[in-house]
Amino acid sequence: MIRYIRRAAAFCLLLLVALLVNAARVQLFEADELDDNPANRRGAIVRYDQPRGNILVGGRPVTGSKETGEQLSFERTYLHGPLYAPVTGYASQTYGTTLLENAEDAVLSGTDSLLAPLPFWNEFTRGRQPGGDVVTTIRASMQQAAYEGLRGRRGAVAALDPSTGAVLALVSTPSYDPERLSGTGAAVTGAWSRLNASTSMPMLNRAIRQTYPPGSTFKIVTAAAALDTGAVTDADAATDTPSPYVLPGTRTTLPNEARGCENASLADAIRVSCNTVMAHLGVEVGLDGMVETAKKFGFNDSGLRIPSGVARSNFDTDMSEDQLALSSIGQFNTTATPLQMAMVASAVANGGDLRRPHLVDRVTTNTGDTVRQEGSQSYERPMNPATAVQLQRMMVEVVENGTGSNAAIDGARVGGKTGTAQHGVDNSGLPYAWFISWAQAADSGRPAVAVAVVVEDAAADRADISGGGSAAPIARAVMEAALAEQE
Amino acid sequence: MTATTADAPPPELRLPKRRGVELALLVGGVLISVFGYAAVGLTHDGAVPPDVAGYGAGLGALALLAHVAVRFRAPYADPLLLPIAVLLNGLGLVLIYRLDLETPRDQAAPTQLVWSTLGVALFTAVVVLLRDHRVLQRYAYLSVAAALVLLIVPIFFPAVNGAKIWIRIGGLSFQPGEFAKILLAVFFAAYLAANRNALAYTGRKVWKLQLPAGRVLGPIVAIWLLSVGVLVLERDLGTSLLFFGLFVIMLYVATGRTGWIAVGLLLAAVGAFVVGSFEPHVHSRVQDWLDPFASIDAGRGPGQLAQSLFAFAAGGMLGAGLGAGNSILIGFAAKSDFILATAGEELGLCGLTAIFLLYALLVARGYRAGLALRDPFGRLLAIGLASILALQVFVIAGGVMGLIPLTGMAMPFLAQGGSSVVTNWIIVALLIRLSDVARRPRPELVETGVVAAAEEEENR
Repeated sequence: MIRYIRRAAAFCLLLLVALLVNAARVQLFEADELDDNPANRRGAIVRYDQPRGNILVGGRPVTGSKETGEQLSFERTYLHGPLYAPVTGYASQTYGTTLLENAEDAVLSGTDSLLAPLPFWNEFTRGRQPGGDVVTTIRASMQQAAYEGLRGRRGAVAALDPSTGAVLALVSTPSYDPERLSGTGAAVTGAWSRLNASTSMPMLNRAIRQTYPPGSTFKIVTAAAALDTGAVTDADAATDTPSPYVLPGTRTTLPNEARGCENASLADAIRVSCNTVMAHLGVEVGLDGMVETAKKFGFNDSGLRIPSGVARSNFDTDMSEDQLALSSIGQFNTTATPLQMAMVASAVANGGDLRRPHLVDRVTTNTGDTVRQEGSQSYERPMNPATAVQLQRMMVEVVENGTGSNAAIDGARVGGKTGTAQHGVDNSGLPYAWFISWAQAADSGRPAVAVAVVVEDAAADRADISGGGSAAPIARAVMEAALAEQE
Repeated sequence: MTATTADAPPPELRLPKRRGVELALLVGGVLISVFGYAAVGLTHDGAVPPDVAGYGAGLGALALLAHVAVRFRAPYADPLLLPIAVLLNGLGLVLIYRLDLETPRDQAAPTQLVWSTLGVALFTAVVVLLRDHRVLQRYAYLSVAAALVLLIVPIFFPAVNGAKIWIRIGGLSFQPGEFAKILLAVFFAAYLAANRNALAYTGRKVWKLQLPAGRVLGPIVAIWLLSVGVLVLERDLGTSLLFFGLFVIMLYVATGRTGWIAVGLLLAAVGAFVVGSFEPHVHSRVQDWLDPFASIDAGRGPGQLAQSLFAFAAGGMLGAGLGAGNSILIGFAAKSDFILATAGEELGLCGLTAIFLLYALLVARGYRAGLALRDPFGRLLAIGLASILALQVFVIAGGVMGLIPLTGMAMPFLAQGGSSVVTNWIIVALLIRLSDVARRPRPELVETGVVAAAEEEENR
């Protein structure tokens, strides 16, 4: 009997060994896969178990957290939600994160190893730190000015500090309150479907995620290319351009809205916005030269992040001469985000040196210790300093004696360029009103701000839509706020 | 053996009782439970639970009561059995209390404490009143009759969560199948002990299998088939699997016929296949086991087994820490059938291994008592009771970890469930009694100093 008892005992031992092997299989070898199963709620529970770090504007948080006592405890709250939505994005238990909430999620949710007291601390403890704060470069007064200026209209504003690349304002209207997407439940899903169904697309970040034909504002890029490649040596000399201009290789004539464009100089062509001269110059520069300059300004860059991803602005690289002519005045397939056109203005204002745009100034722990500082970085040098100086003069002329007079500010040097972009099949859509500009206080050695404004006002009378009329006053308000900040 | 010891006079043979060891281990077990209880509160609420002293005192008092009973009535009993039972019971209370924190409207720990007290009281009663286990042999047929009644009665009560294994009277409910397993083990042990020679040496030979005579085997097979049949009717697949395994192991130990294991496994395979294919409740369990994530793919969210696997995975090697897991996501049955998932998530593979080893020690000590006992009934009873524990742990732990199809059963001592806790305390009480007899010196052998030689003889 003893022998059989021992065998039965061995059988029981076998059962136990099977359990242990199976436990090791589940808990060690299959654990990662099980943890990552989308139906496993643990990740979300841990994630929302502590308050999220804040996003700061001007030293004050524009976000908050509230405890709900639900399974996913902490929900995001927003101060001035619609105003800062294009900056913060939303952080939702149901719909995930966007924009800064997404790009800086590791910091805000406390998993970023930068926040840990020691390297590999989080990995070792399998824990997380209290959420860190993200300090933005946004100026509240400028953001407010841009938002007020766009009130009631569809459009966007992007403002940059030309000498650092810091994003000072980023506005898109109509906007939405991201707080309505925080949490779970019917209210959140209802808000989500209403926002998505709205024809005015309030969740679209028009400042960095929407591209528009830039229209005449693109002429600054063409002018820079013309001066740098030597297609124009004297900006004030007459160019050999007929008006109207027949697009090369076609019988299509290109008209001007402005008068006095026949054989006009580059400076005059910029001041009154001559299509014929700039289209002709684009062809003179040639495809390669135009593409190279456009790229240096940031066109065709699909990897630009501020750190939220920026939509790619387009300048075609394979075109016939007539297409190149149209592209050189910001039509055909040329498209740009408002941020892209603010970069164009800022490069001119900053003497030809384009700084990399960035929205985050620094990242701190929840106690305020800085763990990451974003410095100013050069993006490209799209033109020679001498070219920049000439373009500055031309853009000042636009404001002082040209189409951009609505942007003039007493006691400051302001340069600008208007644009009215045709779009749609046979240009049937209502045109977009553009204005790009920069401002420099009279007593300052460096420019205060570069702004791009786009207004896509579907309700306006077609004749009323022009960069100078609709967009320039908004740009002026933003620039005035920037100059006031600088003092 | 060296020459010096051979020449020396036989030493005074005084077998150690080891009651001091038991007391020390009990203190350790109670302390571990109290620390666990405090850890849950610290992690979950940032403060030690206010009634931690009460919990410690209660568990300590129960342990002390049991210890005193053993010290005076079973002084030679195995010193490991009681501390392991106290530790597992204490740990179970901690885990249930921990899950109670997530379900404020459904407090199970206080009830479990009452049942544990009742269990220890019955443990004490068994240890005090049952002076010789051989008395039970006389009640073999009474046992089996009682077992069958207990098994059949739930048929007349409504099903709870798909299984008709409950008796509800007033607010109280219990699973008679739990008690039946002890009674059945007693009957199997008594019957097999009385008929083992007939079973082993008579009967016909079919091919390579030596089949026992039908008149000897018949009654016990009939009883066994009846029990398993009733359980299948009640859809209590876990307990029927347990009874099946128990029967095969005890028959094998009694007769030494390997052929019985083969026949048993064959029968089990056929039975499992038939039931698993045609009984819808069981069929869905098998489907769940084959693909725990099917409900996720179908868009209905994770099922219980998937949630249980998520919990084990979340525990990893070291666990999330007591009170820091989310195994309440398992939902219904988190405190009963799935309690091991909470242990796995919050104590990790390390903690789980420790718990398995505690069960293994309990089983091993039961087997050890069986080896040392001299009467076949005692041996078979000890092995039967130890096997019940081993099989039950395997069936439920294997089920919640996806090793075998899930069958609703209680993890001994750990899981919420009054009848289960009480039954397990009685099992431990019987093992205490059996081990006491097994380790007690026999006066006639002690005096002549031939204990070893005599036992060697007996064990042939």
